[in-house]
Amino acid sequence: MARYLLKRILQAVFVVIVITLFVSYAVRLTGDPAVMMFAGGGGSVSEADLERVRAALGTDKPFYQQYLAFLHGLLTLDLGRSFASGAPVSNLIAAAAPSTLKLAFVSMLISIVMSIPLGIWAAVSKGKAADQIIRIFSLVGVSFPNFWLATMLVLLFSIFLGLLPPSGMVGFESYIMPTLTMGVILTATNVRLVRTAMLETLQSQYVMVARAKGLSERRVLYKHALRNCAIPLITYFGLQFGGMLGGLVVIEKVFSWPGLGTLAFDAVNARDYPVLQAVITVLALLIVGVNLIVDIAYGLVDPRIRLE
Amino acid sequence: MATATARRARFNNLEFILGAVLTTLIVLGVLFSDVLFPGGAAKVDLAARLTRPFTSLAHPFGTDPLGRDVLARVLAGGKVSLLVGVVSVIGAVILGTVLGLVAGYYRGFWDMLLMRFADIQLAMPFILLAMTFVAIVGPSLTNTIFLLIISEWVKYARLVRGQVLSLREREFILSAKAIGVSNFRIIFQHLLPNLLGPVIVLMTLNVANNILLESSLTFLGLGIDPTTPSWGGMLADGRTYLQTAWWVSVFPGLAILLTVLGLNLLGDWLRDTLDPSGRSSRP
Repeated sequence: MARYLLKRILQAVFVVIVITLFVSYAVRLTGDPAVMMFAGGGGSVSEADLERVRAALGTDKPFYQQYLAFLHGLLTLDLGRSFASGAPVSNLIAAAAPSTLKLAFVSMLISIVMSIPLGIWAAVSKGKAADQIIRIFSLVGVSFPNFWLATMLVLLFSIFLGLLPPSGMVGFESYIMPTLTMGVILTATNVRLVRTAMLETLQSQYVMVARAKGLSERRVLYKHALRNCAIPLITYFGLQFGGMLGGLVVIEKVFSWPGLGTLAFDAVNARDYPVLQAVITVLALLIVGVNLIVDIAYGLVDPRIRLE
Repeated sequence: MATATARRARFNNLEFILGAVLTTLIVLGVLFSDVLFPGGAAKVDLAARLTRPFTSLAHPFGTDPLGRDVLARVLAGGKVSLLVGVVSVIGAVILGTVLGLVAGYYRGFWDMLLMRFADIQLAMPFILLAMTFVAIVGPSLTNTIFLLIISEWVKYARLVRGQVLSLREREFILSAKAIGVSNFRIIFQHLLPNLLGPVIVLMTLNVANNILLESSLTFLGLGIDPTTPSWGGMLADGRTYLQTAWWVSVFPGLAILLTVLGLNLLGDWLRDTLDPSGRSSRP
């Protein structure tokens, strides 16, 4: 186990290093931040002023020193200041991250609550009408552009029916449309995963034994079969985390949700590179972290996986 | 059991017919949009501004606030989506297949490099990569295609690598090696034809997925230039007058949905036909 753990952690560290290197270097390629800071102000800027700003930002140093400074900043939670607002980047992230994580959590919850019973139902009625209907639902669901589904929900619930607020985060009602959009789209993918995992489990002998013992079908499915296919399912759901955060970035934009996606998006438009660099790094760290936890948990529960 | 299988087979045929009809209709409509609506996508008719859909024969899907025909614009906008979808998949499949073959066949350093690339890609969702990339080079058609190739090739490489790993120990490859066939010929003549099935399935599903990604990028203003008609761009415009003209936002989205659905139906059917063991379904 120690070997497996070490290997996984080293891999995660490698990914983090490559991504932070890539993002830091990419941000540097976009141009001289000193010039960009003055670009909006108009008027002439002397070379001495630019030098002073560069020294203050640390961009006069060679790349490797800047990269190390960024890593140091990441560890000490001091990520510099936003070009646009002057606020500390770590404060901006601390303010936006909870809104995104709440959306992510509720969306995932919705998709799990919907996809497990539907997937089991499809697996049990394999080839019958229910299975086909669930399959059609799933195919249509994965074909939906998430931002368009969000727009159509706004059209229906906010404009035609006037029931829900079209944007912002003003309370419980605000969560309904964003999480429903993400939840439905995730469910469309997950239903098939649950169905496949369940079909495999239903073939196994302990399910046959459970049925032969005369246990109720409900007990067989939810107690014996579901528990056994829970491990691969948790891995799939964990791996989905990154894709889901990517999707949330788009959905946040539609609902003007004050999260990390909106923060990153505004940073791209304002060419606010310290913020963009920090948000992308934080999101990547989050994804690597979740994947690592899932991998380790999988290795703990299923010893076979450690041998791969 | 027999009836379930028969029903399943019927459903598969239905799936194929629906997928083929949807895809063909949309592709034909988009390809011949200039013939169907000569100069229609850009034609401004202020007298017919904000015509509601299904009320006028001249504008079956209505018109936008500038008086442009929504149907004509939807058909013209499809060109960009189909172009990006097809070209990016061709690029990704060539790059990914070659690297997957090399990594799976030679193992060692290249294999490790490829698998670490896959790890990185997993931690860097497409939209985030796109934001960084677009912040540097700016949005454009070629950049969008390039970006999609960069982010999608790993899928093919992983699929092909997995296939090669199981094929390379099979008798026909071992005997080819034994009689001294060159590595190059083993890879391209013996291995490649054996893994085309799952790759074709993945390609069909990938065109659909890339159309979705392109439209969301363009919707965010990070993709295609807004002056070129495109589905994502029309939806971004439409949002500003969602209150007054819902149809401007409904039809381009419906076009994306139906195109992607058609391709997904075809891909699903192809998977049952070409890849019954479901190798291409692994993420």
